Amino acid sequence: MLHFIEQALTSFVASAAFGIIFNAPRRMLLHGGFVGMIGWIIYVVLEYTADAVPATLAATIAVGVISQMFSRLFRAPVIIFSVAGIIPLVPGGLAYNAMRSFVQNDYSAAIEMAAKALMLSGAIAVGLVLSEVLNQMIRRLPGALRAKS
Amino acid sequence: MIPEKNTTEQSRVIAICLLAGKIMLQSGGETYRVEDTMKRMAAALGLPHSHSYVVPTGIFFSVDATEPAKLIRISERTTDLDKVSEVNAVSRRIGQGELSVQEAHDLLLQIEGKPSSYSARVKLLAAALSSGCFTIMFGGGWDDFLPAVICGGIGYAAVIVFHRLVLVKFFAELSASFVIGLLAFLLVAIGAGHERDKIIIGSVMPLVPGLLITNAVRDLMAGHLVSGLSKGAEAFLTAFAIGTGIAVVFSLFT
Repeated sequence: MLHFIEQALTSFVASAAFGIIFNAPRRMLLHGGFVGMIGWIIYVVLEYTADAVPATLAATIAVGVISQMFSRLFRAPVIIFSVAGIIPLVPGGLAYNAMRSFVQNDYSAAIEMAAKALMLSGAIAVGLVLSEVLNQMIRRLPGALRAKS
Repeated sequence: MIPEKNTTEQSRVIAICLLAGKIMLQSGGETYRVEDTMKRMAAALGLPHSHSYVVPTGIFFSVDATEPAKLIRISERTTDLDKVSEVNAVSRRIGQGELSVQEAHDLLLQIEGKPSSYSARVKLLAAALSSGCFTIMFGGGWDDFLPAVICGGIGYAAVIVFHRLVLVKFFAELSASFVIGLLAFLLVAIGAGHERDKIIIGSVMPLVPGLLITNAVRDLMAGHLVSGLSKGAEAFLTAFAIGTGIAVVFSLFT
């Protein structure tokens, strides 16, 4: 339990701090931190039972959906929330490790990690696109149902 | 024959759309969103048949056959979400008919010249703090929190200073990650830190092109092949620079 509180706290601070680095509007910092925290918690919980790729996918979908909701609620572009939200999920550490292995001539480990980093980036991209599609579907659903009847 | 006044009005609308697109792209807006915003603004200001083609290094914009297509070169790109959000608000207000062409132009110029909302010192603190937090998130212990804060802060400062000195982003990132690696080795050697790898990974996070990697894949999936590939290349170069900088330290000390 303490572990989760620790992870929640650090991911909140890290996401909000990235909002500052990316010059997000001041009043949106806490929102960005919140989105980042939710995404990271989902990732950490799922990673216990599943692989990193599905965990990342699920976390990114959550981040995307919350970002879309916040975007409409606070009338700001989605990117402000989604950037802060996906930063903890991005395989930056893995990409760095892969590159380090390349430079150290450990090619097999490097290729393996680079492939994994690519898979995780793909999962993030798919998650973001999926949440966008979901959002559009939900928005169009009332109209689509009415057209049928 | 198009009346003279009409043409100047048209070119002013084009100038506004280009300015908005330029600010968004320079501030890290996604390419498809820049295209979309420019088209929407043009339509709201009376030019419904515009085409915009945006790549990370430039914007092409044409409205119809009588007006020549315009091109803007983008050479410097940062991430400034505040400006993206402000331009978005202006575009929304134009869409609702709240702004005249002149007002929109003034507002956009104001946004373009707007200084960063956080001072360099605050950004540095944020980078340092996030480095520490990332070390914990990636499984490091709390005794590595402070070393990561120090390494991350100095590394972030180094990339800014080096970038001013040499103007080659690649070299600035390489040097900064070299500094981070050196510091991490030093801190572990004197007993201040415990896990070298965790400290380094946390500290390089503010430099790592995570956002670029994800945006590149996303652009590729959306069919923006040129944008996706060029962002991917940029991300790869940055990751390569960071990896090399760290690797030099490793080859020196192990």
